[in-house]
Amino acid sequence: MKILVGVKRVVDYAVKVRVGANGVELKNVKMSLNPFCEIAVEAAVRLKENKAASVSEVVALSIGPKQCQETLRTAMAMGCDRAIHIHTDLRGDYMELQSDSVAKLFQKVIEEKEKDVDLVLVGKQAIDSDCGQVGPMLAGYLNWPQATFAAKIDLDGDGLMVERETDQGTETIKIAKLPAVVSCDLRLNEPRYATLPNIMKAKKKKIDQFQADEFDVDLTAKNKVLEVFEPPARKEGITVDNVNQLIDKLKNEAGLLQ
Amino acid sequence: MFSCSFASNRLTSASSCAAFHLARRLVSTTTTSMSLRSPNANDFQELSKRIDKVLISHDAQTLLKYNADWTGHYQGRSKIVCQPQSTQEVASILKYCNKEKIGVVPQAGNTSVVGGSVPIQEEVILSLERLDGIVSFDDENGILTCGAGCVLQSLQEKVASYSHLMPIDLGAKGSCQIGGNVSTNAGGQYYYRFGSIHANIIGMEVVLPDGTILDLLSKIQKDNTGYDLKHLFIGAEGTLGVITKVAIKCPRLPTARNVAFLACESFDMVRKTLTCAKDELGEILAAFEFIDEQMLDQVGNRKKIPVKHGERNYPFCILLETQGSNDEHDMAKLESFVEKSITLGNVVDGTLAQDMKQVNDMWEIRESCNPIIREIGYNYKYDISLPLSDYYDIAEEMRERLVSKPEALVVNWGHVIDGNLHLNIITPGDFSADEQIIALIEPFIFESVVRRGGSISAEHGLGQSKNNYLGKYAKKDDIVKVMKLLKSIFDPNGIMNPGKFLPSTK
Repeated sequence: MKILVGVKRVVDYAVKVRVGANGVELKNVKMSLNPFCEIAVEAAVRLKENKAASVSEVVALSIGPKQCQETLRTAMAMGCDRAIHIHTDLRGDYMELQSDSVAKLFQKVIEEKEKDVDLVLVGKQAIDSDCGQVGPMLAGYLNWPQATFAAKIDLDGDGLMVERETDQGTETIKIAKLPAVVSCDLRLNEPRYATLPNIMKAKKKKIDQFQADEFDVDLTAKNKVLEVFEPPARKEGITVDNVNQLIDKLKNEAGLLQ
Repeated sequence: MFSCSFASNRLTSASSCAAFHLARRLVSTTTTSMSLRSPNANDFQELSKRIDKVLISHDAQTLLKYNADWTGHYQGRSKIVCQPQSTQEVASILKYCNKEKIGVVPQAGNTSVVGGSVPIQEEVILSLERLDGIVSFDDENGILTCGAGCVLQSLQEKVASYSHLMPIDLGAKGSCQIGGNVSTNAGGQYYYRFGSIHANIIGMEVVLPDGTILDLLSKIQKDNTGYDLKHLFIGAEGTLGVITKVAIKCPRLPTARNVAFLACESFDMVRKTLTCAKDELGEILAAFEFIDEQMLDQVGNRKKIPVKHGERNYPFCILLETQGSNDEHDMAKLESFVEKSITLGNVVDGTLAQDMKQVNDMWEIRESCNPIIREIGYNYKYDISLPLSDYYDIAEEMRERLVSKPEALVVNWGHVIDGNLHLNIITPGDFSADEQIIALIEPFIFESVVRRGGSISAEHGLGQSKNNYLGKYAKKDDIVKVMKLLKSIFDPNGIMNPGKFLPSTK
């Protein structure tokens, strides 16, 4: 089985972002591997470690500026065998490069560069754009089966048994035959720490470089961003002195009681 | 959490409650000054006339939060807690108590681990918690002026919103207050990078025991005009006066913060790694902590340890942090340092935090050491300073001493870059103090520290736990004499934290 894992370089989840003239300020801001992509990498590496899966190699793919190579090194330090970097300086946080173009770039890689991919693993969504679209769009373009929000992935004959999380509970989907696209959710696994020996080995692993515009893909944004603004500041709460005051405020200020 | 109450205050009975126990030290060492009297109901009336909020209770449970300390080893019997909301109110309280010769215990976050922040008997508690206003933040000069009752973590968050950093950080940040930090000259994990509190406090407002308010606040850093009085109050543990405001110098928030978690086979290797870190990382090295295998085993039951040797923990793990203004530059330096350490064989395994979540998780491991052992059993706590050549020898010495007591585990962690070791002996499952274990530890450990040229209290201070060791194991008689002279000048009636810090008279 050959696995392709999508990894995205995003603003670190712990950063308090600020909004400037051109949307979210990215200058000097800490960037990291998208947490859901990290889970996808972990899932891929665990499949590789599972002899029954017979994984021949795990390839990580990232689209973005040259610093994406650091993100790919992290993925390789966790266990990916090699990586592909598609270079573009377009902003990937929805402002410029959007899901449709990304999905099409993935499709090009699978159809032209890595022709024998059996499984594509991606994070369910990126924490900067929060779209959650690349996985399903890619499956659509490739005409492959898909399972999204995977919380559990098991081998099942020639295919997979995937448990997915929904608001109503857990749904189990049988993918009869690979290839397929699976997007990963929080509860799928706890990603490993990349250990130093592996971090050092990762430096020697191969990253194939391409330019985004060398693929026959329209990179322009399909959706126009009209405005980016911070949510209004949370108003400070107050303490009340007694239950009567509480009832009064719930009734007359919050309008929650008749 | 504190579920047992004390029927009598005779300290000889050792009742064992799940989370609460008195150390036998209380029997032998501390007595408050004979010239002070216990406060009564009339004092409560008088204090209530002078300040807005005073609590009184004869029920031990109600004031337990103020009377009981964090370690569970100490509990006072105060019935009166004053909660002033201004410097004037603090002055009124001290003026009254000084006139009436009533003992006062200033209390901030009550996170002392040497019993410094709780009464010994019935002293009035002066809580700083309501002095929690921010006076100003000078963005350009990075100077924060605020009330002594501000919780450290809230100050960290506040100055972060102005792209600055507090120069101290410690595990107790969610509860400790800046007034307490300053009064105890708190150390913490950034001591190496930013220096001690002495270096970072540029001013303070302090109330003397007779009610005089000394305005030593400042907006500037360099001022060589006269004796620098504020330094007397830093580390005085509330025995010379009450700090009501502080002006503190804050460094700018680093845009790059990286953490490495490294494993070493021996303490010698930890030392070599430290030297290498100073050479290779240079100005970006911010913190360098260590945890030994025995402590990692305890943490490992509750948290994921990033690097392990199969199922076992490595003998020593290092938590290293770098701070700088350029992430690429710092990562490059960090990677080259790590590569060198592995090539030289100093470090055998480790990991670099890949995102802020991992940074926080790794610090969590280090900061959870104290709270974790508190939940496990009785803690015999030691906080010592040693030259690095002797640093871990003392832990091995203690293990040898305790060989006849296999239930006592010696677990260690600390700010190895500052030569500060937190040596703790724990008895898992047993929350009562064992006289035999104490006899095996003390005074041997103090004598050993002194012999090696170290300090018996690196950063935790003296409080009521170690004050009587001041003359014996820390400072010579002539020095203690001068300290007592100073105390008598500021606090002739001895009302401030009686029975603590200086050796108590019998």
